[in-house]
Amino acid sequence: MLAYRLLLWLYPASFRAEYGEEMCAVFARRRRRERAASLWASAVSDTVINAAAAHIDLARQDIRWTLRGWRRAPGFALLAIGVAALGMGATTTAFTLLNHVLIRPLPFPRADALVALYQTDHANNQPRDNVAPANLEDWRTMNRSFSSIGSYVAPIVPMTLTGHGEPMRLNGIVADSGFFATLGVAPLAGRVFSPDDDTDRGTPFGVILSHRLAVSLYQDAASAVGRAIRLNEQSPVVFGVMPPAFAVPNRSVDLWMPMRGVPAMARTRGNEILSVIARLAPDATFESVRADMAVVGRQLEDAYPEDNKGVGIGVVPLREVMSSQSWTSVVAVFAAACGLTLIACANLANLLFARAVGRRREMAVRIAIGAGRERIVRQLFTESLVLAAVGAAAGLVIALVSRRLLAFLVPSALPMDPTPQMDWRVLAFAVVLAAVTTVVFGVAPSWLAARGANFTLLRTLTADRRSNRLRSGLVVAELAATVVLLVVVGLLLKSMWVVQAVDPGFRTEGVLTLETALPIIEPAPARRAFYERVLTETRGLPTVVSAGYIGFLPMTWAAGNFLLAVPGLEPTNWPSVHLRFVTPDYFKTIGVPILSGRDVRDGDHQTAPLVAVISQSMIQKLWPGQDPIGRQLYLPFGSQSMNTMPTSRDIKDLTAWTVVGVVGDVAMRGLEAPSLPQLYLHADQLPDVMGFYAPKDLVVRATGDPLALAPALRRIVHEAKPQQAISGPRLLDDVVTEQTALRRAQLVVLTAFAGISLLLAGVGIHGLLAFMVSLRVQEVGVRMALGAQRGDVLRMFVGHGLVLAVVGVAVAVPLAYAAARSMTSLLFGVLPGDLIVYASAVLVALATTLTGSLQPAIRAASVDPTLTIRGE
Amino acid sequence: MDDVSRLLPLPPVTFHILLALADEDRHGYAIIQEVTERTGGALMLGAGTLYRSIHRMLEQGLIIETRERPAPEDDDERRRYYRITKLGVETAKAESKRLAELVKFARQRGFAPGRP
Repeated sequence: MLAYRLLLWLYPASFRAEYGEEMCAVFARRRRRERAASLWASAVSDTVINAAAAHIDLARQDIRWTLRGWRRAPGFALLAIGVAALGMGATTTAFTLLNHVLIRPLPFPRADALVALYQTDHANNQPRDNVAPANLEDWRTMNRSFSSIGSYVAPIVPMTLTGHGEPMRLNGIVADSGFFATLGVAPLAGRVFSPDDDTDRGTPFGVILSHRLAVSLYQDAASAVGRAIRLNEQSPVVFGVMPPAFAVPNRSVDLWMPMRGVPAMARTRGNEILSVIARLAPDATFESVRADMAVVGRQLEDAYPEDNKGVGIGVVPLREVMSSQSWTSVVAVFAAACGLTLIACANLANLLFARAVGRRREMAVRIAIGAGRERIVRQLFTESLVLAAVGAAAGLVIALVSRRLLAFLVPSALPMDPTPQMDWRVLAFAVVLAAVTTVVFGVAPSWLAARGANFTLLRTLTADRRSNRLRSGLVVAELAATVVLLVVVGLLLKSMWVVQAVDPGFRTEGVLTLETALPIIEPAPARRAFYERVLTETRGLPTVVSAGYIGFLPMTWAAGNFLLAVPGLEPTNWPSVHLRFVTPDYFKTIGVPILSGRDVRDGDHQTAPLVAVISQSMIQKLWPGQDPIGRQLYLPFGSQSMNTMPTSRDIKDLTAWTVVGVVGDVAMRGLEAPSLPQLYLHADQLPDVMGFYAPKDLVVRATGDPLALAPALRRIVHEAKPQQAISGPRLLDDVVTEQTALRRAQLVVLTAFAGISLLLAGVGIHGLLAFMVSLRVQEVGVRMALGAQRGDVLRMFVGHGLVLAVVGVAVAVPLAYAAARSMTSLLFGVLPGDLIVYASAVLVALATTLTGSLQPAIRAASVDPTLTIRGE
Repeated sequence: MDDVSRLLPLPPVTFHILLALADEDRHGYAIIQEVTERTGGALMLGAGTLYRSIHRMLEQGLIIETRERPAPEDDDERRRYYRITKLGVETAKAESKRLAELVKFARQRGFAPGRP
């Protein structure tokens, strides 16, 4: 019998209370007649089915009750749904991002076995350097950890495709056969590179197309295979087409080219140009791999002390290939969203509680006619659940809509589509979130209300200290979380200002840029003729002030760094510099000041003495306080020492360049990263092996709207070289603005969160005080009858709000500091304890409190004592 | 729609319970016994099915709980007795009529014995 009673616990309590005894009686009588086995079998199935049905019946009833209640109080319903949707929308959106960046497996078979390999040089603070080709060859033969290793040349190679209408500017990646073998993605059609394609012997020159490119050229993947395309005036065959989702190293890649295209100069130990990926052997673990590669690194250091001194090997899971900044950014957004959701929950809890109290008469009546307390709790709980479900659904919609904005926050280093995908994890998260928030904001008020409901007619609720303390605690928590969010946003906002105030070293207004990438193999005279013609005609346009060419615009490429040999200086003190080739007038056009000496000029032709223009910071490094003009610098072009780091002995083998001018420094690596000193050489003096560095970015300064020049510029380039693809034009200003795109996206998201939480906190305070005022109307009336002034009453309620705010701030400040400390990698030029930011956050929170409490306080102060006392 | 037709068609268990209460008030176990007997053992209501139906039928007003109790020697105080209401009777009649119509159609198509 006990067993049957236990079984009855499956029923809702109200049902059990009503019929439990009778059901036991029925069961007892049956037991006398029927065989135990069949009796129990039928009893269990009967109970399970009917208990579930009874629960569903009740849920239906309660949902109907909830919806009827919402129809009767649409204001409340809208507010509650809005709060739930905002709270859950924020978290669901942030989780979509988190899931995409940190959780979802990368789109490769057995993706967890994929790693990226780096050269590390901790002495020079380079934890993740690209890899020199010769080192990679040694890693391949010496390691015992990988089933395959692949590589690609890190910078994207701009390519021009002709023969399909307008010349197309394409992004090419030079990759080896190991690259495809390691990732393990089969081509959609045709084949990927085989080891034969890594050398320039044997197979013909062929390329692999992205799905996007194949479709745009030939409608479908299969018919692209085997065609010859016209690429940079060569005619490679299309070997294969990758599936649409394949985006390595990023989404912008249009085609993959074989390693054989890389000039021999790349096969050195000093030039770190390769990005390396590898697949762990089945029995390898990260620990064993790190140990193995540490040994390899040491052996290479011993074998090649000149190049590899201090160089180790870094092994990083491919999933984690992103800066700590990106990681922190994603986690910070998620944490902020969780904070916002907590605020929303606290708000809802207070809202639901106030409403439950408002309906206490209804509840009391229901209890009086026999509804158990359990039914009341259940009803309120169902209401919370429905609210959470609606909120979660709205949250999913919000996440879906804001995916494009989130794409800005996806680190570009991850080899995948930047637009976060909604998958089952996001869905599951929304469901769990709904469940958890229901418990968080639903249980307390249901319980309190049901407890209070029994005594409502005794009016003890007003004196129910415990529930008031709980409600005040919720408001304090809201305020505290808001202050933390405000501090975080404040710090990021200030960082943004600092970043934007960084002087890039050039002036962007009125400058248009246009990319015309000539093929690397273009013969020098043809290249020079092209620059000459384009620049002369551009300068002839009416609004053009000046025009010039550079290899890589500032802020578009962090690499291109060379070690400079300087006579009279120890080789260990030789500086690394950003090397760029420019045409005359580049500095004038982009607004980089010439501080002394002169610009490169037309007379510095190929056979004239080699000239160099240096940036100011190089003087401080090399010849402090001295005149640099006329001094000599040595670069390892075209000498045998290209393969190794030059030593002082080798200087005589190197090419000498004479400094003719000094210009201002430019933020080559962007606004936030420290740049190396810059070395500019004349485009006309570009050594043949340096074809990759040939100028390709045209800059034009114009009066009026520079974009109006676009058609004319396109025409000039087209006439100079009909097969030349053009990308752009775009404003130089946009290039700089792009620098802060990630920060801006971060700020937009977090500011939205902070704004919403501020609003919610204000609503929360207002709700709490309005509720307290409504409960204390009589008390206020009596006080005023006894001589209290309106000002006293006003002060009493506003004071109460401010006390809550002060407690909230006291809780928040240490939390905010901890949060700020954990996100220092996102801060720029601001300390995590920035006083002004904290003070502003506190002021904003106090102002919100004041605003929220004013209206209820004024209402309390305008109470008419005679009316309220008579009402009593 | 009136109260009766809103409830049609009746779930079979509800119809059986109404039939069981047609001639006299019964408590839960007596309803089970009556239904079992009448169907020759084909339908044996479980306690859960019975009381969930009763709960719903009380809400719908098809039956009421009666306070009249049998002589103390036949009574068990745990038992609750149910009586069919006027609405219950009308609903049962309407359901019977609905079923009869249905059978009539079935006969016309030769699916049921007897003359159309």
